[in-house]
Amino acid sequence: GGGLEGPCEPGVRRADLGAVHWCVLPFRVLLVLTSHRGIQMYESNGNTMVYWHALDSGDASPVQAVFARGIAASGHFISVGTWSGRVLVFDIPVKGPNIVLSEELAGHQTPITDIATEPAQGQDCVADMVTADDSGLLCVWRSGPEFTLLTRIPGFGVPCPSVKLWQGIIAAGYGNGQVHLYEATTGNLHVQINAHARAICALDLAPEVGKLLSAGEDTFVHIWKLSRSPESGYIEVSPLP
Amino acid sequence: MSVRTLPLLFLNLGGEMLYILDQRLRAQNIPGDKARKVLNDIISTMFNRKFMEELFKPQELYSKKALRTVYERLAHASIMKLNQASMDKLYDLMTMAFKYQVLLCPRPKDVLLVTFNHLDTIKGFIQDSPTILQQVDETFRQLTEIYGGLSAGEFQLIRQTLLIFFQDLHIRVSMFLKDKVQNNNGHFVLPVSGPVPWGTEVPGLIRMFNNKGEEVKRIEFKHGGNYVPAPKEGSFELYGDRVLKLGTNMYSVNRPVETRMSGSSKNLASRTQESIAPNPLAKEELNFLARLMGGMEIKKPSGPEPGFRLNLFTTDEEEEQAALTRPEELSYEVINIQATQDQQRSKELAQIMGEFEIMEQPRLSTSKGDDLLAMMDEL
Repeated sequence: GGGLEGPCEPGVRRADLGAVHWCVLPFRVLLVLTSHRGIQMYESNGNTMVYWHALDSGDASPVQAVFARGIAASGHFISVGTWSGRVLVFDIPVKGPNIVLSEELAGHQTPITDIATEPAQGQDCVADMVTADDSGLLCVWRSGPEFTLLTRIPGFGVPCPSVKLWQGIIAAGYGNGQVHLYEATTGNLHVQINAHARAICALDLAPEVGKLLSAGEDTFVHIWKLSRSPESGYIEVSPLP
Repeated sequence: MSVRTLPLLFLNLGGEMLYILDQRLRAQNIPGDKARKVLNDIISTMFNRKFMEELFKPQELYSKKALRTVYERLAHASIMKLNQASMDKLYDLMTMAFKYQVLLCPRPKDVLLVTFNHLDTIKGFIQDSPTILQQVDETFRQLTEIYGGLSAGEFQLIRQTLLIFFQDLHIRVSMFLKDKVQNNNGHFVLPVSGPVPWGTEVPGLIRMFNNKGEEVKRIEFKHGGNYVPAPKEGSFELYGDRVLKLGTNMYSVNRPVETRMSGSSKNLASRTQESIAPNPLAKEELNFLARLMGGMEIKKPSGPEPGFRLNLFTTDEEEEQAALTRPEELSYEVINIQATQDQQRSKELAQIMGEFEIMEQPRLSTSKGDDLLAMMDEL
């Protein structure tokens, strides 16, 4: 689907697991919404819909929920995760509605939970996108006209509902209340925090100061200072009161 | 939204309903044999094979309205009758109890243990009836077959689906208020102490590793809660120690249970009004209801067993008062289904509808069309 007129069903009220995300691209800002029906993109005024992508439920068995989840922007691409594990990559023009589905990334077998991006960090650190799924698997990508899978970080039986990427550090929050920090280039685990007594709901990161926030279903919010050891360069963390 | 949520919702709400009815039957001094008959009849209707077959089909959750109609029918599957006010209160208590249990489940998967707790207690009610016991065991097997292999992520989706169903329901229950698990605004208190879920570590430790995966540093921090390790995992077998107490019978002590309608309507008004625009799902809901009802073999009260009325309140006057003062936004607007002469209706459906009692305030308007949907619009 594409163009300005997507299907609208104003009268139907359905409680929906959806997400909303401002995608900040080099030349424009788009508002992206996901729902069980599909993906909608709006101009930053929130009024003009520029793109509609209906989800393909063709492969889904009757017991599978069909939805889109996880939205992130890198360069002039917007990536959106889906129930099947596929990540849809949309190429966004400088202006106008001529948005194109440029690629479907295969790397996950279970529903995508979250996607994180950051501007490429220079020549050495080329990873600029991380995708996470219900099995806890993380895939590390380099964006481009063709996205490249750089590393896979396996899960351990719990979902990873939230992931963030900062200066080559992957921060992942898990369903068992742990926060893990990985080196994006190698995929190595460097920090493991027993942070919460229930599933992590969300992570957020303040990039200028390198502070990570974790929120859990245990009602607590914690703030962590991320850094690198001056001697080894390994990722370190300290809890902030 | 998960399409595997309905069986869990139905069985747990049904379990709570039985706990409450059992408590009220005792409180009202209904003779033992009558009380047992009521529970047996309801349980055997609930676990009827055809009914369970419909229930376990992958499908979306239906509205609170539709579900309440099923429970009203279920509650009247025997010689017992409930007035509207008592049925309303029963449904309020059922829903708030299960909402509480879902919220407090340590792991999303633990909702299955809660379900097993309900089934274990239900089996206790029907110990003398081997046929019904078999039906319940069969349901156990079905649950294990369908849910036993689900991943943590799928259970998280089920949990979210359930919580959305219960969203904005803040009816205050006196037992919860007394035990301080519910605040005066109707919100539940989430404990920050006790055992962590099975598979979760007690918060407070940070471990740092080098490139070879060797631990190089350890920091402890104050988490803020007061958690201890989980003692053991609950059993998912047919018989076993569930460990979790959620879903066990909290009414076994004879405590009068009152609900207090939340006075302020500002929280409720915006949510309980379902969209009045034509809902394409409405037809599906009614079809589903009709199929479920078809699976319920309702025994009409006949023979020497006279029916009796159960009161969820302590006196008849209280029940009347409750009916008069129930806030508008909390009315369940029970679906009013009338028998029609439409030849195209299946025989079974016509028979079921013929057996429905006209609800307390009938809205007879025979000049409108036969279509069920059109009748719904009148409500």
